Amino acid sequence: MTELLIIWSVLISQIMIGLAMVCALYRVARGPRAQDRILGLDTVYITGMLLLLTFGIRTANVLYFEAALTIALLGFVSTIAFAKFLMRGEVIE
Amino acid sequence: MRYWFPYPVLSLLLLGFWLLVNQSVSPGQILLGTVLSVSLSWAMVNLEPSKPRLRRPGAALRLAGFVVRDIAQSNIAVLGAVLSRRKRPVQSAFVMVELQLQDDNAIALLACILTTTPGTAWLEYDRQTRMLLIHVLDTADGKDWQSIVTHRYERLLREIFE
Amino acid sequence: MTFLVDLPVWAAIPVCLLLLSGSAITLAGAIGIVRFQSFYERLHAPTLCTSGGVLLIATSSMIAFGVLQNRWIVHEVLIVIFMIVTTPVTLMLLGQSALYRDRAEKNPEVPRKTETAKTDPKIDIGV
Repeated sequence: MTELLIIWSVLISQIMIGLAMVCALYRVARGPRAQDRILGLDTVYITGMLLLLTFGIRTANVLYFEAALTIALLGFVSTIAFAKFLMRGEVIE
Repeated sequence: MRYWFPYPVLSLLLLGFWLLVNQSVSPGQILLGTVLSVSLSWAMVNLEPSKPRLRRPGAALRLAGFVVRDIAQSNIAVLGAVLSRRKRPVQSAFVMVELQLQDDNAIALLACILTTTPGTAWLEYDRQTRMLLIHVLDTADGKDWQSIVTHRYERLLREIFE
Repeated sequence: MTFLVDLPVWAAIPVCLLLLSGSAITLAGAIGIVRFQSFYERLHAPTLCTSGGVLLIATSSMIAFGVLQNRWIVHEVLIVIFMIVTTPVTLMLLGQSALYRDRAEKNPEVPRKTETAKTDPKIDIGV
């Protein structure tokens, strides 16, 4: 009974996080301007990390949590780099 | 002593973080973490940050309480805005707020608080005019952000840092 | 998923509730990214994922493995600390660069770097 409850709630939450990822990817593909795409990409990183966390709960494998931590680190650094590039790297005037 | 260990608290925090990431308290990791944290605190000396002095732990606790409550409330409000059926879900606006804070660390903490709250986002702070530009997601509830920032956050931050 | 059989019912119910509510908040934040009209409105949506979603899902994982005690729960703590520290920095920088670009293009919807703001602090340059 307990196992069934947990299996289904993990599955439903994985589906919801997957849908969230699709929404963020829509913004990456559609986003009218570069900053919208970067914001979408940042959200893709966050939802990907959450998806790995739910996989970790499902399998109790430490490897998933390590991967989630790595994604959090890399997502932060890459978003910062993108934002800096938008401010300095592009000639608008 | 002060020369060899310029930022002892920072070094201890870095050592703790290193041991947490590695998940071990073996002598080798402690040695490696100590070397890394002390050398990184020397790197901090070159950056010359202004040293914060925490005066009132009670005020800090009250501030933390306010922040947690505001973030929870704002989460629920933004959730309602996202799921509302209107064609244009929110009426957002740029709001100018005047700050009286002097301390750089206090301003940085205020920036983190305002950005972590889902309803508000920090955009720009002008040092000369002391004007802060924030973006507020929902202005329909008619909150006066100038008085919220001044009376709720700034008062406590000044008690803590100045 | 054999290990989850050992989880007692009193722990399984909060784990499930936290997991479902956390993923629902994450989904709501992502829907906000799609639905909101301007960039500055969208800037608020990921905060919902990071302050609500990450916190709730990490708490549920902590409860599950804390009760079962089959591994250390250090990773969740690290992820939560890291998210709290990094999210404001990311969003502030993105907002600043968007403001810079809009001003460089003389977009009429964003407030200019005004001189009038000096004289009248209560000025509200709305959209």
